[in-house]
Amino acid sequence: MTDEGTTVTTGAARGRVRDVWGHRTPFGRGDRWPDRADQLLAEGIAEEDVDRWVRSACALCSNGCGCDIAVKDGRMVGIRGRIDDAINHGRLGPKGLYASWQGMEHHDRLTTPLVRRDGELVPASWDEAMAMIVERSRALLDEVGPLSHGFYTSGQLFLEEYYALAVIGKAGIGTPHMDGNTRLCTATAASSLKETFGADGQPGCYEDIDECDALFLFGHNMAATQTVLWSRVLDRLDGPEPPVLVVVDPRETPVAKRAVVHLAVNPGTNLALMLALVHEVLANGWADDAYVTAHTLGLDALRREAEQWSPERAAEVCGVAASDIREAARIFGTSERVLSTVLQGFYQSSQATAASCQVNNLHLLRGMIGRPGAGILQMNGQPTAQNNRETGADGDLPGFRNWENPDHVAELARLWGVDPLVIPHWAPPTHAMQLFRYVEQGSIRFLWISATNPAVSLPQLSRIRDILAKPETFVVVQDLFLTETAELADVVLPAAGWGEKTGTFTNATRTVHLSEQAVEPPGEARADLDIFLDYARRMDFRRDDGRPLLEWAGPDDAYRAWQECSRGRPCDYTGISYDDLRRESGIQWPRREGETTSIRRLYADADFPTYPEYCETYGHDLATGADVGEQAFSAQRPDGRAFLKAAAYSGPHEPPDDGYPLRFTTGRSVYHFHTRTKTARSPELDAAAPSVWVELAEADAAARGLGDGDMVEVRSRRGRLVAPVRVTGIRPGTVFAPFHYGYWDAPESAEQRRPTAANELTITEWDPVSKQPVFKTAAVRVTRVEVER
Amino acid sequence: MKLPVYLSLLAGSEQTLADSYRQVAEAHGDEPDVHFLCLTLATQCDARRERLAAVIARYGAAPADDEPERLHTQGLGEPRTGPLGLLRDLQDVYLLASFADVTWMMVKQAAQALRDVELLDLVADSERDIEVQLRWLQSRMKQAAPQALIAAR
Repeated sequence: MTDEGTTVTTGAARGRVRDVWGHRTPFGRGDRWPDRADQLLAEGIAEEDVDRWVRSACALCSNGCGCDIAVKDGRMVGIRGRIDDAINHGRLGPKGLYASWQGMEHHDRLTTPLVRRDGELVPASWDEAMAMIVERSRALLDEVGPLSHGFYTSGQLFLEEYYALAVIGKAGIGTPHMDGNTRLCTATAASSLKETFGADGQPGCYEDIDECDALFLFGHNMAATQTVLWSRVLDRLDGPEPPVLVVVDPRETPVAKRAVVHLAVNPGTNLALMLALVHEVLANGWADDAYVTAHTLGLDALRREAEQWSPERAAEVCGVAASDIREAARIFGTSERVLSTVLQGFYQSSQATAASCQVNNLHLLRGMIGRPGAGILQMNGQPTAQNNRETGADGDLPGFRNWENPDHVAELARLWGVDPLVIPHWAPPTHAMQLFRYVEQGSIRFLWISATNPAVSLPQLSRIRDILAKPETFVVVQDLFLTETAELADVVLPAAGWGEKTGTFTNATRTVHLSEQAVEPPGEARADLDIFLDYARRMDFRRDDGRPLLEWAGPDDAYRAWQECSRGRPCDYTGISYDDLRRESGIQWPRREGETTSIRRLYADADFPTYPEYCETYGHDLATGADVGEQAFSAQRPDGRAFLKAAAYSGPHEPPDDGYPLRFTTGRSVYHFHTRTKTARSPELDAAAPSVWVELAEADAAARGLGDGDMVEVRSRRGRLVAPVRVTGIRPGTVFAPFHYGYWDAPESAEQRRPTAANELTITEWDPVSKQPVFKTAAVRVTRVEVER
Repeated sequence: MKLPVYLSLLAGSEQTLADSYRQVAEAHGDEPDVHFLCLTLATQCDARRERLAAVIARYGAAPADDEPERLHTQGLGEPRTGPLGLLRDLQDVYLLASFADVTWMMVKQAAQALRDVELLDLVADSERDIEVQLRWLQSRMKQAAPQALIAAR
């Protein structure tokens, strides 16, 4: 570490690497979750030394904890949780405490643009770098047209930046090839909500944790992914009238250890389990028939799929006890207030949307939606993923508009002052995996990647590296650091990050925070918004009336333009101004112009956004992803009723066999976020989880003569991983590895000699509806290797 | 009674469709969605044909030369490669699926006139499946067409 990176924990927060969730503040059902002030300042900095505290929210998971950044002498020197914030009541998790500010201030930040000359990335001025980008962009637009351009963004930019990118892509260039790494983390959350309710929008809120009497975590290791939310659950579990906890996860996670029922299913079999739960709720008469009749469509088709799935049949497929399935169903069927959360164990596994929709179905069948404690949280992976979905930088149309609805397209065309024909709406937007396929085939030749690291986070990495390294593809990478992806770029743009720029972002429960600039970015680094606006200016994108397409000077202009775009849509921001966000710590949408309160829980009135003229999608067949289409959708007269959708179970596409007898699944460490670009630059977090490992069940380890610490090679049909073994309580037949460990801090050519990235092994495949890649099931074999330690 | 002619025609077209899905899956393995879905859809065709066999057992199969086949549904032949090849292969499969679809429709008409509840059940399930198959093929082709026709090399 250099001087500027040296920080040591002080005060009560010191032990939070070991004491991940902090001390308990138990509370009873319906009580207010007690406050707990978490704060961390750099070594040698006392509270009275801090020049000022700057309002923000933590951007190292999707929870969205309100916080203040401590600034001294123009540097970020610490962080504290905001007591007045409804999301965290003062708390912060280890990633927020240690990495949010330390991850930004580091000696190896990018401080100048880089351009590739004679095969090497060399420093250049902004003018040189932008001129290269614009020259290539113009040439390809002339030669091929908009379909030559692709944009791959993040779940970590701000709303204003996504919206700028969306307008550039859709109204400036007019390409359907736009997506974000949100495709990897949150696409199925969006899809399952759209398929069931007609539009995106989280039904529940975190206060439902305070109120529920049963809590179901479907493929959600909340203890690692949203540590502050898990603190809230722990405080309920340790208080009076604790909720009954049911967990679906192949690993014995900290969450699973607290569960009353732990369903350790075989990876890839979620849908079979879910259909059995639906079966039990229907067969035992636990459904709220009046609610189902009045507010849903599709019960007969759901019943047809579910009736084949007795608990015994599901038990056989999933590898769990039928009695446990029955017990889980009984808890769901007989509790008064059930809260469900869903995350990557479902989203990144086989038949992701179909399985996640069954969670919605269970709640609809029991009429458990929109009431305190009775709700659904289809979670997000990243801090600003929600904004990517809202603004359409992931390819969707902004404001949850429907690309198949000509009136919605016309609204956007009016807003942007362009011909509706410019806005791509002839087919669904190109999803990330297809986008990279077009690059591979050479039909996308201009690829702009912002704030994400596909060279570590996409499946089948050897293929992704080859694609990014193709000489005929012009790759722009905009990031904080020289990531594995940036190293393969033609132009690298240094970006400002959290605390160095102003903007808003929205968490998994529709809660918007303003994150204000606290310090200047290092060197010549610029806010992503400024970079996008600069590109738009240089490309001279204009409205039909001749005015510039993006007449925005800064984030507040962009935000106001977004408010206008959101008007009248489910995610209506017109009643949430920057000033409001400076007064209230966290405001939920929708809040319309003139309103002073928000809607805490959607769908309390069971009036769902399925009106054909209003909905975000006409929906899909969950087995194939086939479009339903406007006619077939409208003919069902949904008009406010929700859809009970299902698909036949088909199982994982790469089941274990003799050559590759084990099931491989990937996941997360509590100490790291994504590809560790920030978290590994926190000395505390890096020390806590410095390198990759693989988890094996005792029986599988014993069968291979392996014990803790033995080095193994895990091999799939696509690549290999070398790592030490940890013998854990994972279900037998399953191998786990965390996906964070790429090569930016590894020795030269480690990806060949001693690969550590879990995605070397994963399969190129995706869910037919959400297009989310399948990271949670692949066939592998494990053998001992001798390598120097 | 000529229903056996149509039942055999139907069994033959489902066989051709299944074979063609498998050929496309094989030829376009680098498009994983096409690959895996075509294999799944081929299995659906097999299942329909198996259930149809029980109906043929009741009504009998068509004599070999009963109705001269003029429009042959011979399947894909040699599958193509590349983005344009994918589009054309999917479009050919779409035609084969449409042929099977309309053949089921005619069998349904006969089943109604015969008051054959068992056959009507089979037709209802099959029509639902094929309708989704046709929609998927359309969705996938619509997605692929602009890139294949304008930007692909």
